Amino acid sequence: MKGRAISPGRASGEALVSREPLSFYGGVDPKTGMVTERGHELEGKCVKDKILVFPRGKGSTVGSYVIYGLKKNGVAPAAIVNKETETIVATGVILAGIPCVDGIDIDKIKTGDRLTVDGDNAVVELG
Amino acid sequence: MYLTKEQERMLSGEYGEVLERNFRLLVRLGEIYGADRMIPVGSVQVAGVSYKSIGDPGLEFLEDLADKGARVRVPTTLNPPGMDLEDWRELGFPRDFAEKQLRIIDAFRRMGVAMTATCTPYLVGNLPRFGEHLAWSESSAVSFANSVIGARTNREGGPSALAAALCGVTPNYGLHLDENRRPSVVIKVDAELRRESDFGALGYHVGKTIEKGVPYFYGIKDADVDQLKALGAAMAASGAIALYHVEGLTPEATLVTTGGLGTIEVGERELREAHEGLNTGREPDIAILGCPHASLAEIAELAGKLEGRRLRKPLWICTARATKRAAAEMGLVDKIERAGGKVVADTCAVVAPIERMGFKCTAVNSGKAANYLPGFCKQAVVFKSVDEILEMVT
Repeated sequence: MKGRAISPGRASGEALVSREPLSFYGGVDPKTGMVTERGHELEGKCVKDKILVFPRGKGSTVGSYVIYGLKKNGVAPAAIVNKETETIVATGVILAGIPCVDGIDIDKIKTGDRLTVDGDNAVVELG
Repeated sequence: MYLTKEQERMLSGEYGEVLERNFRLLVRLGEIYGADRMIPVGSVQVAGVSYKSIGDPGLEFLEDLADKGARVRVPTTLNPPGMDLEDWRELGFPRDFAEKQLRIIDAFRRMGVAMTATCTPYLVGNLPRFGEHLAWSESSAVSFANSVIGARTNREGGPSALAAALCGVTPNYGLHLDENRRPSVVIKVDAELRRESDFGALGYHVGKTIEKGVPYFYGIKDADVDQLKALGAAMAASGAIALYHVEGLTPEATLVTTGGLGTIEVGERELREAHEGLNTGREPDIAILGCPHASLAEIAELAGKLEGRRLRKPLWICTARATKRAAAEMGLVDKIERAGGKVVADTCAVVAPIERMGFKCTAVNSGKAANYLPGFCKQAVVFKSVDEILEMVT
């Protein structure tokens, strides 16, 4: 699948998919990588080394710093795939150096799928 | 997006990792919003300074940048931190909070940011000219720069403003372009704006009603700089309003037209309802004025009103340290302290951890503070004019 390059780099891993938008500030613990937002479909899941797939970010702009903190603490996702990356996530992945591609039809991806994300060429491959 | 040779080199990492990442951020944001090129900025106002807002992730991010030798290239001023940087002990700020806050301040200092620590940079030396391109965060300062001065800035976030400071440029989109500075809606004001809190109530009502866009006000007969600062701040807090025009008062008002736009009427009833909607408390534990930070004129006025009175409850008037120094030299700080009040520098009601300092109900005369205090500081709010607040706390 071809999308738009948001942040460069290449990574492979297992998909962790959310159908709802994700707030990093207050929603993901930067020390452990656990999703902590009450009632979120990923609550209790860990984003570490996953290809994290969600439609878009939401919530406070401090979320950019949380994404950076995840990377610094070694619990960041290996890559991020969005339907549409808004500024909070774009800012976070670029500053943290996490590969990210948007403009992807994420309905075709399920949790557990094996994915390769190429942030240099804006390509996401299944399998 | 068109990039110069120099900018291409920045993006390819020739000038190091710090500039590469920060410039990449600006390029991607520019692509997301359809910018054609980068434009130089005259100054930057950087927000995301209070430890209460950015927490440990923000602290670590800023220390990393400073450790890697990041330096700003254009004049850059600082938003309020979460405490008075000198008198925090005396004012009762928690020590654990203060230690983290001072580390954040030190990181900004190492990057070459001016230690203005205010949301009103235009009152303490960062005064742009008409038409100048800026990259400012702090929604009230953005509104003031665009609307009252006619400079041009988008509503930047903390990291994108800092990236602009490090790279010296910002992507050319949004409010940098003429076509996005035209009004989108007319606001017809048919009410007497007597007290300063009336401007806050008006801003709160309009921001909440239109949510976004560029309002053009008719019917505001006169307003000084402090009243326009209160109007814009409240509007930028209750809505995402970064630019407004006022017939006869703001510099771009004569350069745009309002033909064919929808009209919203605001009368005494709407203002009263806005006042009522913002009042969620009855008996204040503390009164906090100076949101946005008080000007010297506002401090002088308060000092005059406090003469011969004795406060029963704590009263803070928040301002920039430079303004506090001037007020001290004029004897105004002494006058306020003699009545039992405090001139608090650097911080403000919104970004200070007042909920950890034993306060549950706060009186304010600011539409912006009244809008944010319930959520950010878990406060019940008494929203009134300065005169009414002084009646309650003296």
